[in-house]
Amino acid sequence: MARKVRVLIAKPGLDGHDRGAKVVANALKDAGMEVIYTGLHQTPEMIAESAVQEDVDVVGLSILSGAHMTMFPRVLGLLREKGAADMLVFGGGIIPAEDVEELEKLGVARIFGPGTDTGDIVSFIRDRFPAN
Amino acid sequence: MNRRGDIGALLERFGRGEVAAAARLISVLEDGGDEAERVLDAIFPGTGGAWRIGFTGPPGAGKSSLVHRVTGRMRARGHRIGIIAVDPTSPFTGGALLGDRIRMQSLSADPEVFVRSLASRGSLGGISNCTDETADLLDAFGKDIVLIETVGVGQSELEIAEKAHTVVVVLVPESGDGIQAMKAGLMEIGDVFVMNKADHEQAVGAAAELEETLRLKDVPDGAWVPRVVLASAREDTGIEDLVAVMVEHRRHLEERGLMEKMRRRILRARVRNAIMDRMERRLRESPSVRAVLERRMEAVYRGEASPYRVVRELEELVTIR
Ligand SMILES: Nc1nc2c(ncn2[C@@H]2O[C@H](COP(=O)(O)OP(=O)(O)O)[C@@H](O)[C@H]2O)c(=O)[nH]1
Ligand SMILES: [Mg+2]
Repeated sequence: MARKVRVLIAKPGLDGHDRGAKVVANALKDAGMEVIYTGLHQTPEMIAESAVQEDVDVVGLSILSGAHMTMFPRVLGLLREKGAADMLVFGGGIIPAEDVEELEKLGVARIFGPGTDTGDIVSFIRDRFPAN
Repeated sequence: MNRRGDIGALLERFGRGEVAAAARLISVLEDGGDEAERVLDAIFPGTGGAWRIGFTGPPGAGKSSLVHRVTGRMRARGHRIGIIAVDPTSPFTGGALLGDRIRMQSLSADPEVFVRSLASRGSLGGISNCTDETADLLDAFGKDIVLIETVGVGQSELEIAEKAHTVVVVLVPESGDGIQAMKAGLMEIGDVFVMNKADHEQAVGAAAELEETLRLKDVPDGAWVPRVVLASAREDTGIEDLVAVMVEHRRHLEERGLMEKMRRRILRARVRNAIMDRMERRLRESPSVRAVLERRMEAVYRGEASPYRVVRELEELVTIR
């Protein structure tokens, strides 16, 4: 059977708005991917452990709270520690340009700003997993 | 070597208890094919120890929430838990939204609990073709309890009875649920029935009604009598009762040697299904079988050969020693 792309969408931090995350999750599902949605208030530890157990190809973090400079590096570090360094990590949220550059240097594959067309996120993932 | 990594190396890491390797091996099993069989061959001797418990019922009844609560109690008793949560694949897009983890959040902080969400993929009902294999892997990984959550729609819930030693049917007091459950055949397969959302006022009445319905069922002498438990996953009430009844069911099976009997029945069904699947695929893919079909269908269309005539001709092609 053909491989399916599996994506984990998580919403770390304290803010309680996950509309954006849900919209992305649904768009990826409609594009034929298997999307694991974990809900609100995830710690980096919970996100990394879930991603590993679910053996996803892609991890998407939606961050509005401004904690991105601690959140992303911790998730990346934990994924490496748990033997899942090869997972593609992307993010969405309001993140200043200089931080975006810094995060991409650290290994975040892409940051999508507010108002991103979900189609862009779909093709971003499809480009990296063309078999699907 | 596939894109998941070298199978031998993964199996070795699996043997050392590495979660990432176990997770990746489940993906190999899901992908199917020769590598999946190689993995299953390797891990199968380590299976057989886990108590497999099915949770089924209508969408939104609170299955995930209950699995979360039950897992908490089982962990406190020292059990190591594997959870398989199956959700349907969209037949239109092939995608799936797997949201059961939302209700199991605190579990991802416990390394002794392994949660895997599966999409039903090619299978017709609400259960993944790979459910047994994933349960095997978690079993061989040292989980002594494997909880399997499936959506009870159509006929798929009947399949869970072929995979689990204990079946928990989750219902809610909402009107018509009981009737729906009967129609869907849930009443036939439940060992334990949970009337969840006991924080809703109609719950007590609904539970009583359910008891009534169950009492109409014929239960042979000495057989397990299905039980009804009132619980609220939200308020965390009735969970001790639920766990106690589940444990009672297991003890009932063990004391009568039924656990082993059931294990054998389940394995026999799996082998039979696997043979049928394999034979069907080989027939479907065989060029000579295809050639006969193509050649002879014209005769069937014209009424010169009956369908069974073609079957007999095909049988001559296929040797089963
Ligand atoms: N009032 C109430 N709501 C509940 C209870 N258990 C679960 N829920 C809610 O019912 C919804 C569905 O729960 P979920 O566990 O996802 O159901 P599933 O689809 O059967 O897995 C969620 O919004 C839960 O918060 C309960 O005992 N009482
Ligand atoms: Mg659920």
